[in-house]
Amino acid sequence: MSDAPLLRVAELAKHFPLGGGLLSAPRAWVQAVNGVSFEVRRGECFGLVGESGCGKTTVGRMILGLIPPTRGRVEFDGQDILGLDRRGFGRVRRRMQIIFQDPYSSLDPRMTVERIVAEPLLAGARPPRAERRRVAAGLLDRVGLRAVDLDKYPHEFSGGQRQRIGIARALCARPELIVADEPVSALDVSIQAQVINLLQDLQQEFGLSYIFISHDLSVVEHVCSRIAVMYLGSIVELAPAADFSRAPRHPYTAALLAAVPLPDPHRRGAPPAMEGDVPSPIDPPAGCPFHPRCRYVFDRCPAEKPPLVPAAEGHLVACWLNDGKGLPAQVDGLKVEDGRLLR
Amino acid sequence: MTGCLLRIEDLSVAFHGPEGNAWAVTGVSFDLNAGETLGVVGESGCGKSVTSLSILGLIPSPPGTIESGRVRFEGRNLLELDPETLRGLRGRDIAMIFQEPMTSLNPVLTIGRQVAEPLMVHRGLSRSAALAQAAEWLERVRIPAARRRLDDFPHQLSGGMRQRVMIAMAMVCRPKLLIADEPTTALDVSIQAQILALMLDLKQETGMALLLITHNLGVVAQMATRVVVMYAGQVVEEAGSADLFDRPFHPYTQGLLRSMPRLGSRTAGTRRRLTEIPGMVPAITATMAGCRFAPRCPHAFEHCRAHPPDLFAVRDGQRARCWLQPYPQRRRSDV
Repeated sequence: MSDAPLLRVAELAKHFPLGGGLLSAPRAWVQAVNGVSFEVRRGECFGLVGESGCGKTTVGRMILGLIPPTRGRVEFDGQDILGLDRRGFGRVRRRMQIIFQDPYSSLDPRMTVERIVAEPLLAGARPPRAERRRVAAGLLDRVGLRAVDLDKYPHEFSGGQRQRIGIARALCARPELIVADEPVSALDVSIQAQVINLLQDLQQEFGLSYIFISHDLSVVEHVCSRIAVMYLGSIVELAPAADFSRAPRHPYTAALLAAVPLPDPHRRGAPPAMEGDVPSPIDPPAGCPFHPRCRYVFDRCPAEKPPLVPAAEGHLVACWLNDGKGLPAQVDGLKVEDGRLLR
Repeated sequence: MTGCLLRIEDLSVAFHGPEGNAWAVTGVSFDLNAGETLGVVGESGCGKSVTSLSILGLIPSPPGTIESGRVRFEGRNLLELDPETLRGLRGRDIAMIFQEPMTSLNPVLTIGRQVAEPLMVHRGLSRSAALAQAAEWLERVRIPAARRRLDDFPHQLSGGMRQRVMIAMAMVCRPKLLIADEPTTALDVSIQAQILALMLDLKQETGMALLLITHNLGVVAQMATRVVVMYAGQVVEEAGSADLFDRPFHPYTQGLLRSMPRLGSRTAGTRRRLTEIPGMVPAITATMAGCRFAPRCPHAFEHCRAHPPDLFAVRDGQRARCWLQPYPQRRRSDV
């Protein structure tokens, strides 16, 4: 394994046209992703976290070539993959797979489990049927299903089992990177733990790297080694997991953490740290995207967008309050304790 | 029955299908006192929503039928009321909000009209008087520029705003009981925090009781005074919030609490493995001998597989449907 990152994303952006038609120009642009840069190391689980509409899913899809970016670069294993021709891209693309959120709509209901799981083989060396079946059976066994399940259809399985089928399919191509887009969000708590443990075991066993996209801060903190927090199409903070909830440095991260209802009736009652809704990505605020909702806003924030810069070892933050000492301590006597903002 | 506002007694609900009867809820009993917040928690298919729908006679029939039990609201059995009387109660004394505000609001009516409607139906207010009160309620649920919003349609609002409208609609007649079925599940965490804070404020202000149905243990811990845990159609544990989270008795409750990742539990370089509950919820059509959790329970012994346990008292205010109460020596120390 080399030290070079497996994936490097630079200044990636996606603006979707809104309205307009064949001959007329679009009425407006939805700025879903606005210049996002990060690296994913080999064997790492990299988290992308944020609320609906922050652009995390669009980033994942652009990396996989499912959505063409408006601008930016995606390098996989040192190679700029957006400039590749169809065949070249196809070769790289097999090394990256995706697991979707909804195990009910992401599996073709008319295909048997065998065909679903072994389908990636048809895009490669096209081994004979018996070999494909053998591979599929091995993968099912690895994800906790049985060989007798090969001839069944998706509707015969529970949500957790379907997610296992989706994982087996993703593994079939022997990928190096898996983009997992809300892979456990549709599952019940007890099943969620099973699937998280499975994903972690597979990561070890196959040396996989993950981009783990989720809105659930507790899950992301648990599974990821580094976490990028997105807001309105930008990364506002990128922290090692050990710092994420203990020492958040962006006011948005701190407020988001404070909003998580803790399973502890003895720690109740912090008032909501954020008022209002996320502004529309059609006409996002100038300067720092978070400034209209930020309690520490000052004159520089609406004027200039803060860059994502180091604030501590391996910890980046895009906030004008960042002086390298950690965010809240120096601002109106605010303290952060276990992800709760204390005054 | 001082204080007891709602008492559910031995409720059983079945759904009849071509492949036999599915028992969604069997023998569920619990009390809700005036002004209290009771959390009903459990995973998909545990029967928590069916229980809450039964209270207001909202189980679709066919295929569903209430096979037995009583739902007493202020002493009256709601299951025996004629539809007319029940309709008079719904939206006035007992109101309900659901998970998905987009599908529970009428897309072709203005939100002013929808919030005003219960006042016209139940209080006999004129349209203009009802609209004036609707505007006040939209302000109280903190919808910005509420008066201008009266003429908006649901699709013009964000998900969080729609849930505020639902809450305003439920609150206008000042119900004694609000049933909230996964009220924040479809919302982002920052909006969830706002909606939960709003519900707590309104509860304090009006003294209503809250029946909160959710799968989210964090939401329950933040909101409820007492908690009922359901599994496979039964109540498996009931306790005050502090006891439930500090001293859960039932292996299922313990498993649920251990299987969730906790914010802040990560330290540099370490990663705790989540404790799984093996297997999955049994099909509710299956006829089951013994405890329904036994196939997944790390402590299960012969007795559990043969005999269904009762809800045994564990301590004051805490009950658990588990043979480990009368047979504590069978609890394994290694799990």
